[in-house]
Parts: sequence; C-alpha cells; structure tokens
Amino acid sequence: MAKYFSKEHEWLELDGDVATVGITDYAQQALGDIVYVELPEVGKKLVKDGDAAVVESVKAASDVYAPVDGEILETNEMLEDNPGLVNEDAEGEGWFFRVKIDDESQLEDLMDQESYNDFIEGLED
Amino acid sequence: MADHQTELLRTPLYDLHVELGAKMVPFAGYDMPVQYPLGVKGEHLHTRARAGLFDVSHMGQVRLVGEHRVAELEKLVPGDVAVLKPGRTRYSAFTNDDGTILDDLMITNAGDSLFLVINAGCKDDDIVHMRANLDHGVSLIELDDRALMALQGPDAAKVLTRFAPEVADMKFMSFAEIPVAGIPCFVTRSGYTGEDGYEISVPGDQAEKLARLLLAEDEVEAIGLGARDSLRLEAGLCLYGHDIDTTTTPVEADLNWIINKRRREEGGFRGADVILDQLANGADRKRVGIKPEGKAPAREHTPVLDGDGNEIGEITSGGFGPTVDAPVAMGYVDIEFATPGTRVDLMVRGKARPAEIVALPFAPHRYYRG
Repeated sequence: MAKYFSKEHEWLELDGDVATVGITDYAQQALGDIVYVELPEVGKKLVKDGDAAVVESVKAASDVYAPVDGEILETNEMLEDNPGLVNEDAEGEGWFFRVKIDDESQLEDLMDQESYNDFIEGLED
Repeated sequence: MADHQTELLRTPLYDLHVELGAKMVPFAGYDMPVQYPLGVKGEHLHTRARAGLFDVSHMGQVRLVGEHRVAELEKLVPGDVAVLKPGRTRYSAFTNDDGTILDDLMITNAGDSLFLVINAGCKDDDIVHMRANLDHGVSLIELDDRALMALQGPDAAKVLTRFAPEVADMKFMSFAEIPVAGIPCFVTRSGYTGEDGYEISVPGDQAEKLARLLLAEDEVEAIGLGARDSLRLEAGLCLYGHDIDTTTTPVEADLNWIINKRRREEGGFRGADVILDQLANGADRKRVGIKPEGKAPAREHTPVLDGDGNEIGEITSGGFGPTVDAPVAMGYVDIEFATPGTRVDLMVRGKARPAEIVALPFAPHRYYRG
C-alpha cells in the first residue's frame, strides 16, 4: 500500500480509494504526551487543508488538517480511551480516521517516505 | 518585560539545561527549559512522586533595607508584613489604586531586611514601582547576581537534608540563610507546586554546581516550565498574567486570605477603598476551579456559559492534570455561579461541553507544617 506524508506531519496510507490518516512519529514526538484527540464525525466532508481533528498534549491543542478532500468513513475509537496510543504507535495503532478520497490527483502534492525524511531533517537546523 | 528585546536572557543554568537535552523556549524575556526528555507528563508525575528541580532564576529577587521598610512596603501590599517574625515568609500581591493586582510575590522577613521574590515578567515594573513609592529612607537592592531554584516533591526534604541538615525542621513558609553543600544560600520552605519543598537562592556563579549536586541524587529529575504550569494549576495556584492581572482584584481572585484582620481594619494600601468594599459587600465575580466533564481540555479564554447559553465567565488557565488524570481548569464566573457543584458549559471549538464548578485545589496540598 502506498504511504504519503504531508508538510503538516500527517501520514496517509492508501487502499483503493480509502486512505487511513494519522500524525507522523515526528509529530507525536514534537507534541509530547498526548492526552486527548478530537476526531471528526463519520460522514463529515473534509476539505484539503481544512480542519480535520485536534490533538491535545498536556500543554497545548494543535490542529490536524485534512491532507485531501473526502468523506470520513470511520474513526479510531481506541483513541477515546487511550490517546497515548498516538505516542506509542503514531503510524500504526494510533491512526486517526479513514477517509474516502474524492480526487486522487491531490496525492501528488504529498511526499513519499524518503522525501518526508529529508523534509524533517531540514527542519532540525 | 522589554518589548523590543530581541536577545533572550539566560539564567546561570542555561548551559546545564542544554546539556540535559531541554527544549528551550522564550519566557518573560528569558530562554527557558519548557521540558526535558522525560516530557511534561513524566516530569509532573515525578515531582508528585519523588522530587523535581526547577530553575526559577528568571524571577526577580530583591532586598528592602531601611528602618521603615515594613511600613513602607505595607503601603503597596494588602498583606500584614509587620506580623512576620524573622525567618517567616508569606504570599502577597502588589495592588494599584484600582484595587487590582500588579504582581504577586513572596515576602520574607530576613531579619535585617525584607527579601522579596517577584515575577520575571513584572520585575522591571515592580522595581520601578517600589523605588518610586518606598519613602523614608527605604532602599531596594536588586539581587541580580543570584540564581533561584526550587526543589519540590515528597522526597525534597530527604534530599536537601543531605546537603543542609538544618532544612529538615524548617516549616512551610519559613526562611533561613544557611550553607547548602557549603554554598551560602537563602532557603525558603515553599514552592508553587502544592508539594512540600524548598526554594533556594544561590549565588549565580555557584548555581550550576549546586544544581548538579542535587540532580545527581537518585530522587531528583530536572523539571521544565511545562510541568511547573500543570503542577501549579492542579494545586489551584494563580499564574500572574493569566489568573490574576490588572483587571482582577484580590477579592475576585479568591485571595481574601492574604488580607488579614488588621489590614482590613486599618486599610492604608493601594486600592484599599475598592478592596475593602468588595470584602464587605462581595465582588460580582470570583475565581473558581472548573472541572470539564469529558476528556477534552478547555484552555485559557474558553467561554463559560450557563444552562441557557449566556456567557457567565471565562477560563484563565486550563489544561490536562496528569495527577488527577483528567482535564482541569480555573477561571472567573459571575458570583451566582461560583458555588462548587454548579453546572456550567464550556464552549470549546464551537461546542458546549458540560463542566462543574469545584473547590480548589485539584491535587491536595502537601506542605510540611511540622
């Protein structure tokens, strides 16, 4: 399955026209201990670069933006009781939601693993 | 705080913070550690379980000297300074003519002088204010060559006693000028976490040596400003610039206890007319604890609503409390909603979420009173 990354530190894994979305391991490390994740409602229409979710650490709330347009099919209910899953396994068990993608051409704006690794290396002056 | 200051100031422990892997952030003009690799939650829980070492050298330390220092300071604070015996400390606030709060501070009777600890963000203004208003030969000495660190937590006494046996018997809010590991220090049994512990004023050039000695003890971890904030919030303690400022009076802030009977009878402090009137007749609003019902934290500036959706107040500090393992907040509400048990709603991201007014603190204070 193809995996994509955004400059806003989201990852997106594609299976047909359904993408599983979460925040990257780099993002969870930067945020620190995650205490609450607010997920979108199933059926919500996401707009690329619009608000999709909110992730809260002890100290602050951070917005998670939609990496693509689409409709929410499912959210990760495990995060409700165990938001720390995002710290433990950001790019696996700590996924946020599944979205049915409207326009696959939007994936072209995203990075592959290698480009993302270079991108975050560039952030660490 | 200097608005145009581009170069951040550093405390004497700056190099040590960097060496320990701290994430440094600007705070009140200083480059300060917000967290270490342990993380805010881990640091918070460690402080409540064992002992945490905090660099609070950004705070201002001053001495007031002169025969009339007590009476002169009492013109600027509503607290009773005269009653303080040598070696005793108390919490107070500078008020202005409107009866609102310019800063909160600790006042210690150090025998031949008064020793004050003031907030980093207010210290320049506080010093100007004091110099302009302390008369009758009282002078202010800035102790800007000293660092300040706090050792907090249930193991703090055990740890510090290894370096200064005298500290074992000190009671909460007492002060001593004693050597710690041979270094001449001012030690106060106080802090801002709700835990037992000490604040240690140490000559700046020996601060790193003392910090390294304390951190080498098994019980002690370095703790950043992030956990300092969550610890003081759980303890129900005010953060200047957030929970108290020049729009809030001590009565509204539920700090009536800092004004004792004598000062209430005599007045004679800035804003006494406003404050004494509020003490007699009540204020329109009050600082309270607010417990969100779900798991979503409600942050500073979150509107507080009544059951009909009317805005009745605002959160001034809010976040997640690692010890209570739930969101916690404090803020101001109209007085008729200030009773613990009152149900309110918090408007978080456009959605009204239920919460309850609760008594503070969220985490019980564990001060050593002997």
